Amino acid sequence: MMTDLTPAPRRAYIEVEELSVQFPTEDGLVRAVDGVTFAIDKGQTIAIVGESGSGKSVTAQAIMGLVNSRTADVTGHVWVDGQDIVGMTDDELRKMRGRTMAMIFQDPMSSLHPFYRIGAQLTEAVNVHNKVSKKEARDRAIEMLHKVGIPSPEKRIEDYPHQFSGGMRQRVMIAMALINSPSLLIADEPTTALDVTVQAQIMELILELQQEYNTAVVLITHDLGIVADAADQVAVMYGARVVESGVIDDIFYAPEMPYTLGLLASVPRLNQVRAERLDPIPGNPPSPIRLPSGCVFNPRCVYTDRVEGNLCATERPALLPTAPGHMVRCHMSKAEREAVATIALGALGRETT
Amino acid sequence: MSAYVVRRVISMILLLLLLTFVVFILFSLLPTDPARLTCGKSCTPEIIEANRHRLGLDLPVFQQYWEYLKGIFVGRTFAKDSPDPVVCSAPCLGYSFKRGEEVFVLIKEGFPATFWLALGAFVMWLAAGISVGIYAALRRGKWQDKTVMGISLAGYSLPSFFLGLMAIFFIVIRLQLLPYPSYVSPFENPTQFLQTMILPWIVLAILYAAFYMRLTRNQMLEVLGEDYIRTARAKGLPERIVIRKHALRAGLTPIVTAAGLDLAGLLGGAIITESIFSLPGIGSLAVNSVNDADLPLIVGITLVTATFIIVANLIVDLLYAVIDPRVRLT
Amino acid sequence: MTEIMNSSHTSGDPVLRVTDLKMHFPVRSKGLFPKTIGQVKAVDGVSFDVQPGETLGLVGESGCGKSTTGRTALRLLEPTDGKVEMDGIDVTRMSAKEMVPLRRKAAMIFQDPYNALNPRHTVGAIIGAPFAVQGVEPVGGVRAAVRDLMDRVGLNPEHYNRYPAEFSGGQRQRIGIARAVALRPHFIVCDEPVSALDVSIQAQVINLLRDLQDEFGIAYLFVAHDLAVVRQISHRVAVMYLGHVMELTSREDLYARPLHPYTHALLSAIPVPDPRAQKNREHILLSGDLPSPVNPPSGCVFHTRCFVAQDICKVDKPVIREFEPGHQVACHFPITEYLGSTPIVGPDPGLTAESELEGMQDGDSMEQAAESDLIHEPGTNYKDGPDSLIDPGPGLWR
Ligand SMILES: Nc1ncnc2c1ncn2[C@@H]1O[C@H](COP(=O)(O)OP(=O)(O)OP(=O)(O)O)[C@@H](O)[C@H]1O
Ligand SMILES: Nc1ncnc2c1ncn2[C@@H]1O[C@H](COP(=O)(O)OP(=O)(O)O)[C@@H](O)[C@H]1O
Ligand code: SF4
Ligand code: SF4
Ligand SMILES: [Mg+2]
Ligand SMILES: [Mg+2]
Repeated sequence: MMTDLTPAPRRAYIEVEELSVQFPTEDGLVRAVDGVTFAIDKGQTIAIVGESGSGKSVTAQAIMGLVNSRTADVTGHVWVDGQDIVGMTDDELRKMRGRTMAMIFQDPMSSLHPFYRIGAQLTEAVNVHNKVSKKEARDRAIEMLHKVGIPSPEKRIEDYPHQFSGGMRQRVMIAMALINSPSLLIADEPTTALDVTVQAQIMELILELQQEYNTAVVLITHDLGIVADAADQVAVMYGARVVESGVIDDIFYAPEMPYTLGLLASVPRLNQVRAERLDPIPGNPPSPIRLPSGCVFNPRCVYTDRVEGNLCATERPALLPTAPGHMVRCHMSKAEREAVATIALGALGRETT
Repeated sequence: MSAYVVRRVISMILLLLLLTFVVFILFSLLPTDPARLTCGKSCTPEIIEANRHRLGLDLPVFQQYWEYLKGIFVGRTFAKDSPDPVVCSAPCLGYSFKRGEEVFVLIKEGFPATFWLALGAFVMWLAAGISVGIYAALRRGKWQDKTVMGISLAGYSLPSFFLGLMAIFFIVIRLQLLPYPSYVSPFENPTQFLQTMILPWIVLAILYAAFYMRLTRNQMLEVLGEDYIRTARAKGLPERIVIRKHALRAGLTPIVTAAGLDLAGLLGGAIITESIFSLPGIGSLAVNSVNDADLPLIVGITLVTATFIIVANLIVDLLYAVIDPRVRLT
Repeated sequence: MTEIMNSSHTSGDPVLRVTDLKMHFPVRSKGLFPKTIGQVKAVDGVSFDVQPGETLGLVGESGCGKSTTGRTALRLLEPTDGKVEMDGIDVTRMSAKEMVPLRRKAAMIFQDPYNALNPRHTVGAIIGAPFAVQGVEPVGGVRAAVRDLMDRVGLNPEHYNRYPAEFSGGQRQRIGIARAVALRPHFIVCDEPVSALDVSIQAQVINLLRDLQDEFGIAYLFVAHDLAVVRQISHRVAVMYLGHVMELTSREDLYARPLHPYTHALLSAIPVPDPRAQKNREHILLSGDLPSPVNPPSGCVFHTRCFVAQDICKVDKPVIREFEPGHQVACHFPITEYLGSTPIVGPDPGLTAESELEGMQDGDSMEQAAESDLIHEPGTNYKDGPDSLIDPGPGLWR
């Protein structure tokens, strides 16, 4: 993909460039991630939003180097602090995992090993990357549990995961992820399996610790409320591609891509002016085996007639800047996109900025 | 925990009692007349009636059962009022008039051969089944995996009498690599013991190993897809530790359970293998007892085999609680 | 369309009324001699009614007893105690056989669009099943009726002979809905019908349910954990916590003027998809997790997590009472002031004129309450008001 062999000096701490992941399966080639591009600095949070199956989790796992190179085909670049994760040996990758970058998962119930004590699982994470005494590792584990708000950690460290509630397990997962102070934290739907009141606690905790450690956070979610609450930047994924990205205000107040518009219009919101009918996107999300040609969104897009010829169905649009830092993947002209946005957001009862 | 064990032991005893009852009633309902079986072709009704009385078969079924049960704990004497009463001492599982021996003694005599056969095969099949199963799981979908699964299917579908007969024919008779099997105690003549046992071990182990390969492979694949394995990898653990420490422990737990029950089943006698290799074990005894229609012996063997399985069940359950902290024994 | 039967509701009774409903599940030990070692108090004294053509939303956190309430209300479970009336008929102790004729008046839609449909039956057979079960022969035949239903819920009638596996999650939920409305019931229990769906599909299904209600006058008991979804569809909302209804009122009141501390916390915990509004909200963070329904806390079940609890709450269980007309709450110390946490600030202009009026008056009282500074420092919310979606109006939250 890159013709330039000596990479230009990197600007952001994490830069994902044209990342693609394909799984050959019996049903055909699954294009789970297709040319995903975004960048993020330390202390910043980027949210990746999209429907289920749009490739969010696979993107996250590819960044962590967790996609098995034997069963999948990974191309593109993931620059972490100037080093490209793609193409690293298993051992190089392993040394970065848990130390430079860490991850928490959607389901706290199944993410901890049921047979080992909480303490053992935490100290293990310390010991892989540090030569420390047993006592030091244990102290570190207790300190971390304390930090994530587990009461009397010196006792709870002896417990097994099943003795913890879902919210507490997610706290333990956060403690485990941050125990070696990584500079990148990937959170894959960290609160989807939790109740809203617990979700609020966990999001608060993640943001608090992010401040303390100055971590870059990749937050994967399908909940636009969480995005609004926590993110600095947003990448909207649809059909394995990033279709729009930018700072949070770009996405919420000046979106231009029809899918983003549809998404915003279809979420029921508590602060909506009128509890009127929602305006759903027609149709269903595409299958990753048969991604539509041209623009992946074209079978559901209501604006295809605003594009010359049959371009939407034939030509794949590129992810291009529409304003500084704001990228959009759509064939419509900027004027058309803005006109369309005004209509769509007007129906929502909100003005664009 | 201890309260749990006590409760389990009590319910186990009740279960065994129930079992003796069912077995006993079942056999007493058989159309064959056990008294008729006690004497040969030239039998007069008088002799049959006399034998019926000697064996206590003229008593009502429930009383017979009671006598039988009592016999297990305090022993019993058949034909008390005749000149030559037959004494069957404490764990009396009945008396085989065909063989002129207490059933318990017969089973005790057969036990060592069965025990060594089962143990040896058990070790072999676990070692082979688990290691090959893990290997296949780690090479999922590759040619190694496919080969292993093919071999497993073949091994699984080969009947043990075929394997056993082939082994004897080629290795013992044709190539004369081993002497003809003749069982001795390992403490008496270890060399002959090994020479005798090696083929039955392998034959029996192949059958089970084929099954355990599949089981292990599927278990490992399931566990390797678990979220906590992903967590272990995300920590940066080397792959071999992920496999050894995180995947194996969870993946092998159900295998331990299955293996325990299979071992217990084998301790009740491997009928085909013992017969082919002429091992004087419980399996051979069972075959002979059926051939001779030796009812007391059949009942005795059935009970002993069932007891092994019930006890193994308890042990496996306790073991499970030790391995898996989520299992709470209440 | 094929006219099947007149579903309009005539009797004047609520389609569903439950009174002091209790559903306790025994907890048994395992083994050969199981014994009952406790009770899961899944539903513990719940009362409400559902009027014809109305949607009552039932919200709360996982395990609080929403689904159990729904299933007991349909008499899929026999309640431990209390009374269930359908169309004014007491069905609490009716046998399954006696229930059969009543079954056509009520139906259920399930959460999981993947497991609720028999994979070996065609879509046509699934949707037509209620006709066969009830022995109803619609005018024009079952096939025509099913095709009409499919068309109505947005499925292609050509797909009559396909199997559920060939449909996406949203389409399967449409199949479930078509089956539920087949006999034109008066009343449907919807148990988290959109929770498993993507947002863009959620909106399609919510709109469909609303259309069907408008057309056929069906009443819904709508169970969900997502307060925003519930607001979209409900006329009245009941908030549940640990087997109890904590607050029950009209949608407008619940979201704009909640009284119960738990409702305040719940609303505050939901992030709104609007960064500027979200950044300016107060957050009430509840500590801890939901207690176990086997050992619910004494007194008020919420006292272990309540941020305004007093000593009396630990011993004295508050009974649900009408604090204002039509606004029920189970709390000793309802919070009437605006805490800066609820995302809806003031009247919902989308509502009717009279509720707008009510809202205005209430806005005044909230203003005074905010001044009183009882619980929360009023104040810093919506600093940059003009940017936020909703003009908060002067004086309320500065
Ligand atoms: N058949 C049953 N036996 C025992 N306990 C049960 C049974 N059904 C439900 N419960 C328990 O009753 C409580 C309430 O369950 P219910 O399914 O009504 O919750 P819910 O509010 O619908 O939760 P969710 O949002 O997770 O669906 C839970 O603690 C649950 O474990
Ligand atoms: N190991 C795999 N083999 C084949 N397909 C996969 C694999 N992992 C993920 N996929 C597919 O890739 C697509 C994207 O998945 P994912 O990233 O998990 O979506 P989400 O956006 O919901 O997190 C899905 O269609 C999924 O089925
Ligand atoms: S490229 Fe065409 S189909 Fe795609 S979003 Fe733009 S207008 Fe719609
Ligand atoms: S009764 Fe007391 S504890 Fe319960 S909600 Fe009201 S104030 Fe809180
Ligand atoms: Mg995912
Ligand atoms: Mg439920």
